[in-house]
Amino acid sequence: MQNKYSKLFIASISLLAITASAQETVYPVLPQKGITAITHASVHVGNGTVLSDATILFEKGKITAVGNGIALPKGATEIDATGKEVYPGLILPNSSLGLREISSGVRGSNDFQEIGDNNSDIRSIVSYNTDSKIINVLRANGILLAQVSPAGDLIEGRSSVVQLDAWNYEDAEYKANTGMFINMPSLMVRRGGRGGFMRQPGGGSDPVKSAFEKIEIIKNYLTDAKAYCQEKIHTNNNLKLEAARALFEGQTKLYVRANEVKQMLIAIDLGKTFGINIVIVGGSESFQIAGLLAENKIPVILDQEHALPATEDDDIDQPYKTPAQLQKAGVLFALNDMSDNSKQRNLSFNAGTAATYGLSKEEALSAITLNAAKVLGIDNITGSIETGKDANIIISTGDILDMRGNQLTQAFIQGRMISLDNKQLQLYERYKHKYSIK
Amino acid sequence: MKRFLSTLVFACMVIITQAQESFPINGVRDIRNGLYAFTNATIIQNENTKIEKGVLIIKMGKIVAVGNNLTVPAEAIVIDCAGRYIYPSFIDPLTDYGVVATKRAAGGFNFGAPGQFISNKPGPYNWNQAIRPEINAVEVFVNDEATASGYRANGFGAVFTHLKDGLARGTGAVVSLATENNNTAVLKTKAASVYSFDRGTSTQSYPSSLMGSIAVLRQTYLDAKWYQTKPVSEGTNLSLEAWNNNQPMPQIFSTDDKWNAVRADRVGDEFGVQYIIRGGDNGYQRIDEMAKTKASFILGVDFPIAMDVEDPTDARFVSLADMKHWELAPTNLSAFEKANIVFSITSGDMKDSKQFLANVKKAIQYGLSESKALEALTKIPATQLGVYDQVGSIETGKWANFIITTEPVFSNNAKIIENWVQGNKYEVNEAEWKSLAGKYKLSINKNGTTTDYQLEVKKDLSASIIGTDTLTAKITVTESLIKINFPTKKGRGAEQLRLSGVVADNTWSGVGTDGAGSKTTWTASFTGAIAAAIENRRPTDSVKTISKITFPFVGYGNEVVPKQETILIKNATVWTNEKEGILQNTDVLIKAGKISKIGKGISDAAARVIDGTGKHLSAGIIDEHSHIAAMSINEGGQSVTSEVRIADNLNPEDINIYRQLSGGVTSSHILHGSANTIGGQTQLIKLRWGANDEGLKFAGADGFIKFALGENVKRTTSQSNNRYPDTRMGVEEVLNDAFDRAVDYQKTLKANPAARHDLELDALVEIMNKKRFITCHSYVQPEITYMMRVGEKYGFTVNTFTHILEGYKVADKMKKHGASASTFSDWFMYKTEVQDAIAYNAAIMQKVGLNVCINSDDAEMARRLNQEAGKIVKYGGVSEEDALKMITLNPAKALHVSDKVGSIKTGKDADVVLWTDHPLSIYAKVENTIVDGIVYFDRSKDAEMSKKITNEKTKLIQKMLGEKRAGMPMRGAAPSFQVLLTCGDHEHEDHMATIYENQNN
Repeated sequence: MQNKYSKLFIASISLLAITASAQETVYPVLPQKGITAITHASVHVGNGTVLSDATILFEKGKITAVGNGIALPKGATEIDATGKEVYPGLILPNSSLGLREISSGVRGSNDFQEIGDNNSDIRSIVSYNTDSKIINVLRANGILLAQVSPAGDLIEGRSSVVQLDAWNYEDAEYKANTGMFINMPSLMVRRGGRGGFMRQPGGGSDPVKSAFEKIEIIKNYLTDAKAYCQEKIHTNNNLKLEAARALFEGQTKLYVRANEVKQMLIAIDLGKTFGINIVIVGGSESFQIAGLLAENKIPVILDQEHALPATEDDDIDQPYKTPAQLQKAGVLFALNDMSDNSKQRNLSFNAGTAATYGLSKEEALSAITLNAAKVLGIDNITGSIETGKDANIIISTGDILDMRGNQLTQAFIQGRMISLDNKQLQLYERYKHKYSIK
Repeated sequence: MKRFLSTLVFACMVIITQAQESFPINGVRDIRNGLYAFTNATIIQNENTKIEKGVLIIKMGKIVAVGNNLTVPAEAIVIDCAGRYIYPSFIDPLTDYGVVATKRAAGGFNFGAPGQFISNKPGPYNWNQAIRPEINAVEVFVNDEATASGYRANGFGAVFTHLKDGLARGTGAVVSLATENNNTAVLKTKAASVYSFDRGTSTQSYPSSLMGSIAVLRQTYLDAKWYQTKPVSEGTNLSLEAWNNNQPMPQIFSTDDKWNAVRADRVGDEFGVQYIIRGGDNGYQRIDEMAKTKASFILGVDFPIAMDVEDPTDARFVSLADMKHWELAPTNLSAFEKANIVFSITSGDMKDSKQFLANVKKAIQYGLSESKALEALTKIPATQLGVYDQVGSIETGKWANFIITTEPVFSNNAKIIENWVQGNKYEVNEAEWKSLAGKYKLSINKNGTTTDYQLEVKKDLSASIIGTDTLTAKITVTESLIKINFPTKKGRGAEQLRLSGVVADNTWSGVGTDGAGSKTTWTASFTGAIAAAIENRRPTDSVKTISKITFPFVGYGNEVVPKQETILIKNATVWTNEKEGILQNTDVLIKAGKISKIGKGISDAAARVIDGTGKHLSAGIIDEHSHIAAMSINEGGQSVTSEVRIADNLNPEDINIYRQLSGGVTSSHILHGSANTIGGQTQLIKLRWGANDEGLKFAGADGFIKFALGENVKRTTSQSNNRYPDTRMGVEEVLNDAFDRAVDYQKTLKANPAARHDLELDALVEIMNKKRFITCHSYVQPEITYMMRVGEKYGFTVNTFTHILEGYKVADKMKKHGASASTFSDWFMYKTEVQDAIAYNAAIMQKVGLNVCINSDDAEMARRLNQEAGKIVKYGGVSEEDALKMITLNPAKALHVSDKVGSIKTGKDADVVLWTDHPLSIYAKVENTIVDGIVYFDRSKDAEMSKKITNEKTKLIQKMLGEKRAGMPMRGAAPSFQVLLTCGDHEHEDHMATIYENQNN
């Protein structure tokens, strides 16, 4: 047993050594063959339960058994996880991964934001670049799935969920058209800078008024689209209106980027008016209306937990405490990490912070696994380590929510053991070599 | 009561008392001597002297006599002022009356737009467009009756006026508000010269920050001094010439904020100038600092009005500080009075100047004494401007500038009836003067038969006929014409008498028609006054306020700044950062701000004991790269700005100081941004929450300066950059050129100490002489290398490379050069130059032997620097002790303060943090942060403060809602945005009520 594991480990290390020059040699792996067994594992199922010394079996990419006292099938590849922690693969619920490579100064590497007020018909998946240098870095921190969403001024377009080990976008597509994203205009009165140097000349339009004009565009769009989708035969085909069909059929959700209470109230109203499923994305003020969100069954993606409080007078740890407040109120939520500087690699630590400030560790885990899958509507196939679901699994030497424990040894997407190598590790090896560092 | 009725009727009448002899007259000369005697008045000569039943005699615009029992010359026009009050007209010490303001260029300043590097003002003037001492307001001053009448209605008779534009605004004049003649209106041509931190309409790129403004002013003082030596190289510089000429007169510095007052005073102190400071309405928040300036002040009364906080989602974004300021701003003047600070009052910059007198009265309600108020409106401004010999009191020989009021001027219902300026009468509320109120005998003659009625007229002209029935009469007065209508008896169908006539002194007369259409004549003669209701002559009782002043003046401020304590932390896991390593179950005694003992079983009877069982104690975190606690961060106007200093614009009230204390930060190195190759001088601070700007500074620390390389300084994201350099090649040459100039400068100064002192080059000379040290923003390996080579060429070491995400590629070279590295744990891919950034960078550099620090450069992440250090263990396997040093001892070394801070060692500063858990764990929270032995953060106290904020806000919201119900003027709830300064290098997390400033790209 121990031997097999060691061999695998050595294999992965030697793979590193061989490929220590370019991430181009980090290959997507072939579909799982045979049966893989993870044994003696401390299994964090994702739904709040933890199994100790448990076994997980998976075959053809699906989990076939989880629990204690499961016999090892013949020929199974065994991975002894003694002393390790096993988790469902982490899910980024909202991301521009693969669309936006170098944020600043390189327009050519950015394909995440289309121009115009209404881009309901565009699909993010078609510009998802599987060769992005960011993807493999995220995998190394346990992120195996991501909802890739377009950005924009108002009606932004449609998102898909991708798995992070693919040759091309068609391979990557894990679930197509999971949602339509809109950017709710801000209803806050803004001003210019502090005055003096950065003072902007006065005048200009009333931002609140123009926000309502934009909200009207959203409402008109949904009204027209609903009518269009009732129409049996179209005299004029309309791609934009057609794009909303899945919304009205309940196949997909309307993701509303909203942080302010008033924005969220309008979003809730949109859901009721048009009979569609709403997800709040951002939600920094969601703690103010947690009860209302729970009552209306509106899920929330908390985009940026590692943020400063919204106001000078707020509880200094408010953003860290928001997840626990939502949990207490019974709101379904997912945690995200929208930091542009570390490119979402700290998703698990956002969950860790939530655990420090009121969530249990398993609740925090759920917010980046099972509950994230529920928010995205993919919990039937992933999000937890349960029989029948895809074998999207990560193994860490310790607690992944804490930087002191987070160290992946293996990761599986649909049962395939993926490489954890990436450009950063390769450069590390390269310069360890230069300086003869052991 | 004898009442006076003006003989010169109605319209705003003016007597020409001052004619200019040199001016030809087109027509017939009409010069009058304007000899008036105002009798029976209560004359308030100045704030101390009052004459009852006094006489004031004026002639040709001047006061010729004032006192009791004066003989009134027969030729004088006598104006009986019985029951009236005469005060000296007020003087507004800071306005731009009659001076047309330059229009601001549209669009505002934009870092990304093409730069304008020199002044576009034609002529032999200063290089910087915002330095305009050559402007003399008197030369562009034009009487402006429309504006003047507004000032006069507020009681002003003279104002100081200047062109409100630029850092040095030139001279202003004192002018009277008599508007008939520009020449005679000027009382003093160059009364004072004015300065500010606001560059105004200048379109030049530099300065673009508060610290840049300060640097420009400081440099100009030096340049002007040097210009006195008549340097040939400078030729003629009319600006510097004017600057020098302006020095002897009073110097006014215009600010709008308490800290800017302190900053202005500091500039003055450096150059031996004591400014008169136009202060903000928030000086009361730091009255000790205001007093320490020793300046006399000019203060406004433009108090904020209540906000409409009915909508709770709007109210949520109004900060407690803004609400408290709304409540306390009217106490500003009384706070200055209590602190014995001399001040005058201005009506300048008011949003609604009609509220001026009402707000002065409000200030009196809030504790300002009436005599001080009067002095601040008369003697003080006159004295500040050197015109007290001309105006400011009612004394013989001074200009006849006075107001006549119905009641003592600060009483609630007081009205100014007339405002006499230079002997010219200006009506303000003339109707108050000619009150028709009283009892009259009305006699109506019809065909020789006279019927008498008793008529009673009230102040508001409501009138009644008193007889068997009291009948309502309707009186309408138009100028001197009067209409009277009344029925002869009660009930419908009563006969209506209609009268029309003129009002003259005590008798009215005219013609009329009765109900039958017959013609009548009539007279009404005054028989006596109506017993007036006793009016409240005092301002309303003083007002109670809820709000308390805190240090700093934000929600999380303290009413009393925390004090140093003797503290014994018992039984903690102590991360010493010394050779002792991590000590289990250890006590640490803190005394007099220092770490006094470390060991087991320590006791001290005087100490407050904090139980450290199960907790970890570490040295305070030192953030090598931070941009909090400052008013501006980037001076991006030029490529070399070593003259600007963060220290000049610290902001001790930044809430992020407190938030970062809650993350265990005790010292922060506040860096200039990365907008230019040679940025500004940095400031190391300790997070002493509640201290003033001086109190934040880390005493005795070496000076540092920020340099920057790469994309930001070449303005990569700008579509229209025209600022050199545009490539890394150019960046290197900017460095070479700057130090080349510095070498020559040093030689020149040595040879000739009177040579021009250049603040920019002074800083570079300090670097070469190892008196100042560089923290250099850098990313890719070539620029790191050439920066070191430039240093070696000019004889200095680059102290620290910051960001340095490719440091791992040249770690061996950096080691050899002797530089420290201060980096991020795991940032990458946010711009082209960080494509090769790796999370293993810190570990590699550390293993190569560099002194490695982990910094924040981000107000949010600074609260979690311990976690960032924890990641260095994850990425690259550095030991936990070494990782913790990367945020404590190593930055202390990099900043040359490791003898004072950075480890837990006897004798070092007591800057320590008590953690609930392993300090590198995500589960660790800070329980206490101690700086200099003072507990600045205490998690349990924080929870109480949070509750207190909610309570105070609730009370003030109720008070504001009360104002709304009472029908007081309101404004919309204005969100109190948090201004977060960034170096413009990367994105920061989105916080709704936050405004990011100083994006350099």
